[in-house]
Parts: sequence; structure tokens; C-alpha cells
Amino acid sequence: MTNKVELEIKGLNFYYSGDIHALKNINLTIHNKSVTALIGPSGCGKTTLLRCFNRMHDLYPKHRYEGEILFQDGNLLANGNDLIKLRSRIGMVFQRPTPFPMSIFDNVAYGLRLKGIKKKSDLAERVEKALKHAALWDEVKNKLTASAYDLSGGQQQRLVIARALAVEPEVLLFDEPTSALDPISTSKIEDLVMQLKKDITIIIVTHNMQQAARISDWTGFLMLGELIEFGTTERIFTAPSEKLTEDYVTGRFG
Amino acid sequence: MTHEAKRKIEGFIALLLSTMAALVGLFWLVFILGDVLVHGIGAMHVSLFTNDPAPAGVEGGGLRNAFLGHLIITGFATLIGVPIGVLGGTFLAEYARGRWISRVISILADIMVSVPSIIVGTFIYALMVRPVGHFSGWAGAAALSIIMIPVVLRTTEDMLSLVPWTLREAAFALGSPYYKVIIQVVYRGAATGIFTGILLSIARVAGETAPLLFTAFNNSFFSYNMNGPMPSLTVSVFQYAMGPYDDWHAQAWAASLVITLFILFITITGRLLIKWRYKQ
Repeated sequence: MTNKVELEIKGLNFYYSGDIHALKNINLTIHNKSVTALIGPSGCGKTTLLRCFNRMHDLYPKHRYEGEILFQDGNLLANGNDLIKLRSRIGMVFQRPTPFPMSIFDNVAYGLRLKGIKKKSDLAERVEKALKHAALWDEVKNKLTASAYDLSGGQQQRLVIARALAVEPEVLLFDEPTSALDPISTSKIEDLVMQLKKDITIIIVTHNMQQAARISDWTGFLMLGELIEFGTTERIFTAPSEKLTEDYVTGRFG
Repeated sequence: MTHEAKRKIEGFIALLLSTMAALVGLFWLVFILGDVLVHGIGAMHVSLFTNDPAPAGVEGGGLRNAFLGHLIITGFATLIGVPIGVLGGTFLAEYARGRWISRVISILADIMVSVPSIIVGTFIYALMVRPVGHFSGWAGAAALSIIMIPVVLRTTEDMLSLVPWTLREAAFALGSPYYKVIIQVVYRGAATGIFTGILLSIARVAGETAPLLFTAFNNSFFSYNMNGPMPSLTVSVFQYAMGPYDDWHAQAWAASLVITLFILFITITGRLLIKWRYKQ
């Protein structure tokens, strides 16, 4: 675990359309090449926070950001930022697998083609690399032209991770990536996340506290749009300084 | 009478009435199809497809010109109607999703679907036939495309709306601009549905007579000229059935059978596609 800063969140407030104040004055540091877990009860704003990092909220009207998220010396919330470029550097994996209606190969190549890579040999090489990185290569190497829908749910989720990895992002956001999966697929994804942090920074939203404890280095606990506590996972789970955090991680509510 | 006995009798009456209604409907359908089949097969002859109409009273004429004219008019109507319908549906389901304008256009399109086709014919007559002073194949194609557009537009809109929103978010999250999300991801997901809608809209216009009567009119000669009157099967059937010659009546039957089979073929293909899509 290094201590280099990847993302610095300063005084972040977020409002949904209708002035719903969903995030309240969040201050948080995401460390480079580590896994940060965001936990908290339903509706606490953890997914909302995650979707600020790749500006996913910009797809919907009348949202409003206040504050700053510093990413490589720039504020990624600044107006006029190139969101297409930003999203190729900060990737996202969703709750349910989202394979595109195309072949396994084309799924992984999707982001590469967006970046303008056309040469077949380049594509093949990078697709293979991404699939190996996502620990899926051995299972699909003989059926790259098959539809992505032929894969199981867990395989689909790893395919989607491979698709995100193919464009070599610096940060990968996971929004409850295992909540729709069986235990075996879940443990494969967890192993994968721990492998990936060697190369990239990971932020994961999870409902599952054991999961947060197992795979993350840092944990942030949110409630009602506020960041109640943030620290190393070990400290949050063994010696939290806030009463609310303690109640939540010991399962007294949530 | 006990309560249960009463309910059983009520149930029986409801079953009886609905079965009878279904049988009455089915009877006429089978009757019409059977009649077309019997008369049509009896009148079917190679000359129908190879010869152009003979002068009145002369034996051995055919409807080659009408078959070709019908295909050309329907083909151009599809070329005009499908792009407009698909792009319009895309606008409604994607760019204008959730806005009031989208609702309004959807409702207007639903109304358009049920507008009597003869009104579309007279509309195009006033727009494209009167001003130039003569009937034309283009006017026929335009009239048919106006009937197609709302059908294609609404199916496209519905099919695109069925594609899960998270799929679009996933594409956005990879840094894809909206038009690429639509073309590369959303259209692929909805392709079978949209294609089915297009097929059914072709089936819908292939049997239309009224909008052609005022626009393409008819032509007893073989013609590729879309700027002049064009022959079509449906209008020919209408004229031949009204005419005084037995020979004409027979040809009208045969042409009716061909149109019916054509529409049946397209409709069944469309239905099979839907079934195949949902099996996936």
C-alpha cells in the first residue's frame, strides 16, 4: 500500500434535480493503488459519491456539484472537462453485468475501438491482455466470437471488468459488483479486485461488510449523505472512533 | 339454487358466448381466405406473371405490370418511410426521453396509425397530384410511406425503450459519445424488434388500395416511370373486379391470392422473429 494520493475530494456537495442534497461536505483522500470501500446503509449516498468520480450524474438534467475532486492536479468537476477522456481514465463496473449485445471479443475491444485503435493485431493483443488481467482468458479463449450473453453471470461480470481494463484506466469504480452473483463468482471477483490493485486504484461500493473487510485497505462510512468516518479498514472495523460507525460495522443497524 | 350451482351456470354461459363469438369471427376469416384460395388457384396461370394486360375482351392478358409496379411503389415507400420512422423513434426514445414533446409525438403517431388510409391518399393527392396535374408513382410511394412512418416510429420507440438503461450507462462509462452508444449498443440490442416492426409495416401497406387510387392511379402498360401513373396489384384488383369480363374477374382473384400470400408470408416471418427474439 503506497501513500501517493490519487483523488482528493474537497468540500464536495451534490444535489439531484429538485435540490435534493445527496452529499454533504465530503472530504476524502483516495490513495493510489489501493482499494477503498464505501459502506453505509441504503440511500446513504455511497453510490452517488462513486458516480461523481466519472461524472455519471452529467447524463441527467438539473444536477449540481459543489466543491472539488482533484485528479492529477486538476479539478475533475470543472466545467468544460472532456468527459469522454475522463471516463476512459476512470472506468466503472456496475451492479448487474452489462455485456453489450455483441461477441466476447467485440465487448472487450469496444473501448479500444473508441480510442481509435483499428489494427487487428493490436486489438487482438490488447483484448487478450485484458481478458487475462480479468482472469477470464482461459474460459473464453476458444469462443471469442460467441455472444457475450452465452456466458454465466459471474463470467459476464469479469468480461465487463476486462472491457473496462482494456483501455488501461488509472482508477476503476465498482458499484456493488457482486450483489447479483453467487458465492463462488463473488470470491473470484474479490480475488480479482485484490490482484488489480497492484496496477490501479480501486473504489468499491458494497453492501457487504465482510467484503469490505476482506478486500479493502481504506474504508469510508457514509450515512444520510455525510461521511461519518474514514480510515484504514483495519481501524474502521476494529477501533472506530465514531459511535455510529461502531454500531453499523457490528451490525446493530443497517 | 345454491350459490355454487349459480356460479357454475354463469361460468358456462360466459364460456359459451365467448366460444360462439370466436367461432363466428373465425368462420368469416376462413370463409374469406378459403374463397380467395379456391378462386385464386383456379385462375392462377403463368401468363398472369408474364403478360401485360390485353385490350378489353381479348383473352390471354396478365398483370405483370401490376406486380412490378406494386413492388416498386412498396419498395420506394419502404426506402422513404423506414429511415424517417427509425430516426424519429430514436429521437423519441433517446434524445427526447421523458420530455413532454416525446409524449405528444407518440400520441399523435398512435392517432396517425388509425387514420383511414383514404385520407392519406387524398392528402397526397392535394399535395403531389393536383399541383403537377397528373398521377405518379412517387405520389403512391409517398402516400404509403406516410402510413408506414407512424408504425415504424412507434415500434422503434418501444423497442429502444426495452433496452436496459444500464447498458447505455455502461457504454457512457467507457467514454462513448451518445450517438455511438445508440448506433453500436442500443440499435444492436433492439435490432430484431425494429426489423420485425419494419416487416409488419410493409405487410400493412402492401394491401392498401385507397391511398394508391388517388396517387399512383393505374396504368395498363408496363412502366418504370415513377413520374407517371403506375400500376399496382390492389388497384388492378379493384378495377378488374368491378369490370364486366369473366377473364378480368379471374385475374382479380388470382392477384388477390398473391397479395394475401405475400402479406401472410411477411407477417409470419415477423411473428417468428419476435418468438425467436424472446427465446434468446
